[in-house]
Amino acid sequence: MSEFIDVVFNINNVTATIRMAVPIALAAMGGAFSERSGVVNIGLEGMMLTGAFCGVFGCQITGNPWLGVLFAIIGGGLVGAIHAVLTVGLKADHVVTGVGINILSSGTTTWLMQVIWKRKGTSDLVRGLGTWSVPGLRDVPILGTILGTHSPLVYICFLLIILGWVLMFKTPLGLRIRMTGEHPEAADTVGINVNAIRYFCVILSGSLAGLGGAYLSLAQLNWFSKDMSAGRGYMALAACIFGGWNPLKGLGASFLFSFTDAIQMRMQTSKMRIATELVQMIPYVLTILILAGAVVRSRPPQALGEHYESGHVSK
Amino acid sequence: MDLERGVSKFAYSVVAVVLALLVGAVLIWASGYDVKEAYSNLFTGAFGGVYSLATTIVMSTPLLFTGLSVAFAFQCGLFNVGAEGQLYVGALTSAVVALALGWLPPVLRVGIALLAGAGAGALLGFVPGYLKAKLGAHEVITTIMLNYVATFLTTFLVKTYFKDPGPVDQTVLLPMGSRLPELIRGTRVSLGIVLGIVAVALLNHVMRRSVLGYEIQVVGQNPHAAEYGGVNVSARTVQAMMISGAVAGLAGSVEVMGTLYRFIPYFSPGYGFTGIAVAVIAGQNLWAVIPAAILFGALQSGGQTMQLFAGIPMELMTMVQGLVILFVAAPTLGRLLFGLKMRVREGGGRK
Repeated sequence: MSEFIDVVFNINNVTATIRMAVPIALAAMGGAFSERSGVVNIGLEGMMLTGAFCGVFGCQITGNPWLGVLFAIIGGGLVGAIHAVLTVGLKADHVVTGVGINILSSGTTTWLMQVIWKRKGTSDLVRGLGTWSVPGLRDVPILGTILGTHSPLVYICFLLIILGWVLMFKTPLGLRIRMTGEHPEAADTVGINVNAIRYFCVILSGSLAGLGGAYLSLAQLNWFSKDMSAGRGYMALAACIFGGWNPLKGLGASFLFSFTDAIQMRMQTSKMRIATELVQMIPYVLTILILAGAVVRSRPPQALGEHYESGHVSK
Repeated sequence: MDLERGVSKFAYSVVAVVLALLVGAVLIWASGYDVKEAYSNLFTGAFGGVYSLATTIVMSTPLLFTGLSVAFAFQCGLFNVGAEGQLYVGALTSAVVALALGWLPPVLRVGIALLAGAGAGALLGFVPGYLKAKLGAHEVITTIMLNYVATFLTTFLVKTYFKDPGPVDQTVLLPMGSRLPELIRGTRVSLGIVLGIVAVALLNHVMRRSVLGYEIQVVGQNPHAAEYGGVNVSARTVQAMMISGAVAGLAGSVEVMGTLYRFIPYFSPGYGFTGIAVAVIAGQNLWAVIPAAILFGALQSGGQTMQLFAGIPMELMTMVQGLVILFVAAPTLGRLLFGLKMRVREGGGRK
């Protein structure tokens, strides 16, 4: 029992929780933008995976992990653009397209990994991003352990999420985005370009998920491995819904997921005799529970998943 | 649906596969491989000779079930991405039951083991069905999460309770009387393929001739109208998901009892996900699941040969599946990319 307490209530868990929340929180914010504009984005998983791959690939060919991050943002954004063209431009079903994108991304990244590195499971090692230490903060007891030293992307992620929240709720563009997802006809009537807003949001969501992917492959690890996103894109979507399509609350929801992830990792290395598989199940079970608890009281954007064509309503 | 429209839609789906293979050819070429060598190996691996044909049928068998599972859920407007997990619980349950009932006559033993596998799949299908019906939780997310849960859980159970004494984590080999009979001697083509076709016929009958099937279709087309018309939407949603889960569970049962003869953790090369591609191609027509499953079985079996002899990674087939889904979801895409003039109505993808 004391071991259990040690595993769960450990300050390192808090640090790990913050660390592991990053990819989920970034993709959750992406999901919030996409869905606030009216486009369901099941494809976050594939966008994150593509980002993870592009990050390592970019780092490999340029030798600079920051350029790798840029590659990841562009790669995720490109997959987002595919989703946007299909769902907004060609009016394909959002969910079917998202699932197709995830299967396509899984196949493409694994294929390219084998073509480039001639290996089946993982890529070569590349230079990772390293860590930043905040002077002053790192010396504060407890808080220093929790927040003092992290990958630079952790700090960037928090900054981006605050910026995203401001963009969504405090700027004219944010108002237009929300209006597009709630009532595209009304948005169209007041001169908002519904399709342009949707393209912007879906591509942005891809870039954010791609950045989350880069965090997995350049900060948490420094290589790419097959299907390394491991369902985090879906968890992000659940966090996005649980957070009421709000980037800040989505970050809060992501902490829930990453906390169980942290405990899961700690249990695997502890002396507790619990089978690995049972422990690994925890984050996935939690996602289901959270989703089930969240949707009861949540209200999605009114026009989510619907197609819109200027001039007439098409369903 | 009138036959002519069904056939023309299926024809477009086949065009989608061809388009996806064309994109695949570009990728093969861009990656520095020989396209001709790749695709000739793909073809001979799928259809060149008795052995290849048998492999194609063996590969098609689980896809027949997973494809039917996903296609059936489509009929109710549900997207079951969880066939992979349902397959695993079905497979393990069947293996365990078939081993435990050694004292029963083979026919009964096999029958009960199959039913048990279907039951386990239905149970796993119940969870997302119930969460969708009662709470509105999106079934795509819950079924995906259950895939992870099911693979971890079955692996755990095998390691802890049902392990074959030996270095490998797997169950012991099923005795002869617990296996599905071979259809063609010396190959692994089992009775499973026949059971799959029977399952298609049965569910097709349910959809066309029963109140349950009719109501499931109404819910799929317009849940609000269904509710208004007195259909119990929640109940039908849960039932459709359970039937879908049962069929996917059978995919695992048949694979274990007809091909592998034991449960091995992580045995499936993604049959549940390929089933999505099969179902998307088949569209609203359950009969079309049969040719679609054979098509993807052929791609799978040919892909193995291609990997073996031309050194081209199997993942090409995963890409092709993803592309097929996208092409079918957005019929205009094919026209845009290749300038083809096809008579496909707007919105031919699933809604």
